[in-house]
Amino acid sequence: MRIPNIPLSFVTRHGSKAWPLGLTGAGMLIIGSLLSWSYDAQVLGNLSISFNPGGLQRLAIALALFAVVFLLASKGPLVRLGQWADTALGLRALATWTLLFMTLVVVAITVEAGGLINVQPGGWVSFLGAMVLFAASRLVMPTETRDLAEAVLPGWVEILVIVVIMAGLLFGAAYALSLDDAWAFVLFLVFVTGMAVAATRAGLLSWLGHVTARHKRVLILASFAVAFTFPLTQGGSDANMSIASQVLVFAAAAMGLNIVVGLAGLLDLGYIAFLGAGAYVGAALSTSGFATIGWKPPFIVVVLVAGCFSATLGLIIGSPTLRVNGDYLAIVTLGFGEIFRLTMFNLDGNNGPDLTHGPNGIPAIPDLSFGSFNFGDTHVLLGIPLARFSNYYFLLLLLMAFIIMVFHRLNTSRIGRGWVAIREDEKAAEAMGVNIFGLKILAFVIGAFLAGMAGAIKAHQDVSVTPDQYIFLESAFLLAAIVLGGMGTIVGVLVGAVILKLLPEKLRFFADYRLLLFGLLLVLMMRFRPEGLVASRRRQLEFHEEDEELAIRAEGDIAEKVQA
Amino acid sequence: MTATAAASTAGSSTNVPLLQADGVTMRFGGLTAVNNVSMTVNEGEILGLIGPNGAGKTTFFNCLTGLYKPTEGQVRLAGVDLPPKPRAVVRAGMARTFQNIRLFANMTALENVMVGRYCRTSSGALTSILHGPKFRREEKETRTRAQELLDFVGLGDSTEHLARNMPYGNQRRLEIARALATDPKLVLLDEPTAGMNPLETRQASDLIFKIRDTGLAVVVIEHDMRFIFGVCDRVLCLVRGETLVEGTPEEVQSDPRVIEAYIGTATDEDDADKAEAGAGHNSDAGKGSAANDAEDS
Repeated sequence: MRIPNIPLSFVTRHGSKAWPLGLTGAGMLIIGSLLSWSYDAQVLGNLSISFNPGGLQRLAIALALFAVVFLLASKGPLVRLGQWADTALGLRALATWTLLFMTLVVVAITVEAGGLINVQPGGWVSFLGAMVLFAASRLVMPTETRDLAEAVLPGWVEILVIVVIMAGLLFGAAYALSLDDAWAFVLFLVFVTGMAVAATRAGLLSWLGHVTARHKRVLILASFAVAFTFPLTQGGSDANMSIASQVLVFAAAAMGLNIVVGLAGLLDLGYIAFLGAGAYVGAALSTSGFATIGWKPPFIVVVLVAGCFSATLGLIIGSPTLRVNGDYLAIVTLGFGEIFRLTMFNLDGNNGPDLTHGPNGIPAIPDLSFGSFNFGDTHVLLGIPLARFSNYYFLLLLLMAFIIMVFHRLNTSRIGRGWVAIREDEKAAEAMGVNIFGLKILAFVIGAFLAGMAGAIKAHQDVSVTPDQYIFLESAFLLAAIVLGGMGTIVGVLVGAVILKLLPEKLRFFADYRLLLFGLLLVLMMRFRPEGLVASRRRQLEFHEEDEELAIRAEGDIAEKVQA
Repeated sequence: MTATAAASTAGSSTNVPLLQADGVTMRFGGLTAVNNVSMTVNEGEILGLIGPNGAGKTTFFNCLTGLYKPTEGQVRLAGVDLPPKPRAVVRAGMARTFQNIRLFANMTALENVMVGRYCRTSSGALTSILHGPKFRREEKETRTRAQELLDFVGLGDSTEHLARNMPYGNQRRLEIARALATDPKLVLLDEPTAGMNPLETRQASDLIFKIRDTGLAVVVIEHDMRFIFGVCDRVLCLVRGETLVEGTPEEVQSDPRVIEAYIGTATDEDDADKAEAGAGHNSDAGKGSAANDAEDS
């Protein structure tokens, strides 16, 4: 979102007015939010009661308070913070998004309640406040900031910051899932994006990067703690946990594909077939009355068998095709995905052995049970009932942790370096003694194995396995999650998977336009942020080093002159 | 070409053959790029490979390192036949650099060199995932060795720089460090000073002496004759895919056929300039006659 800059002469002349103007805008925003926004109490939660702000009004207040912090940091009691953070850029981004937020609020009330007349004075005051804030933000003078790498707080404060942010994420996620209204959900997304963009522009995010690098263990621990406590915030409701566990299956598959695409650089367009193979193995070896294979091993064995089966498929499809170059691989895997689906569709007893019941699939797969712990039952933890999908959620979380560990450890090993080398320059890698073919096969097989494991769990969670769950579109979505989030990163792919799976669940009204909007989203990403939402370390280094490069060149020039 | 350099050039090579290439021939369809070239490199020797553009020097390198499978002939390293596979060649102890720098652009300098250690380490996927003791030991060794090599070529401070962002001369050094990381007995350098300024060229020749002093043999392709005649113990001149002359720098330098090959066949100014620069100490008569020949034809 780039808005043409105001001429510098204008800014220098009126720069002193930015501060009072900004505080006025923020104040109006807060006061407006305390008043009633809408006549109709039914829309967007209840926004009609004065001095009892509803959800969206609280978000508006939060935005205003964040703006006040920026203003006070540029001039006032928080000026020490201003030395580090780029308050001007942060405030500009924040004000832009706040204005967008308030505009959307007015539009939403108009649309939902039927007419502009339903917007109460409070709404207009807030809207006006956002506009004033926007104008003020354009007048703020950019300031010099110090290197954030030097901003070191005491260890316990930094850990506290991580914990607070993680807790914020937890409650944010729980709150987002509890929003049933599509407009409210969109507005919440605008709020979150606005906050994130403002924090990034101000440099807070890169500071967080330094902090988390110093406390990696705390971060990992906190992330998993948050993920594990998430079901407890749902108060026994299983509807959101169903979505959450589907997101996890999707994310696990995306992370497996990330090894193939993000690390080894192999374009696999039929990856969903490996998930499907695992699911079919899980179903066929289950205790379902429709299972086609008589052998009923314990689930842990089934998971391993599913993984191995998928890996074998990967080996079979990979060994002839990985010898040729990229484009062929994409086409072959695309074909493989379709062949898999059609094979499952046709193994119904008429055209071969009855392994899959054809289009009917294998239904009535029973819930898992480990000893006396049945995944179908509701268990009570800390007084909070945890139903079926919560149980699967926990199991999938364990799988996710395992996949992330495999990904991370391979990435930072000799194998991972070999993969990156192949991706960068295959000839040179070969000349350095890297086993090109072997490593490509390895990536393919590991990716397939992990997808197979996820598939076996997915079969039980979904209760039935049918061929039409494993269409090409799913492979494309997995790939989109990786590209959107950031190839070769862990956090990025998780974010991408959550976005791609959660949005369609929450925004059902655009179900018909889903593909169109995703296409648009990807095109915009490729144009404005080709490295994905979360850039990998390599990308960061690339940007970070630009200044250093110049310094080195200058040094070289001086050396030359001295020599001459 | 400092005094110390000249001193260390003289007589430090033994006469134990390390690399023996016999009758290497490479044909691409009807074109014979390399025709029956034989070359011997002794242990601890610096051998120069010269020739005008298109003489087949790089093709010959590719045949030696297994990137091309030679049509005829065989290559032996330390008495063992080398199969024409890059991996096997690197494992046997012959590493190379490329004429157009081929670094892993988006990896750091350290990572580039660590990739060079790939063929000398063997941690598989499983021990990498489990962080087994072997993995940890190897990873630590790889890192230390890579850092040592970066220090050795003078890039000790650029460890965390991305290869793509490094200045040109440093990229050449990094490529050499990466080749050295494979623990070679012999390094093949393809135009290590192309595009360098005089200072960088001198640093490069110092580096080559330094590499030789650690007991390795070096083969250098170069167009810069001053550099070649200053660095090499022996020089081999290729013309149109065939060996023209082989001998000490002095012999090759004074051979009229070499001058003729450069001035008589070169089509672009650049080559002629370089040949002239190299043959500058030659008798004016020889140079004059070569120039006359070129004019006559």
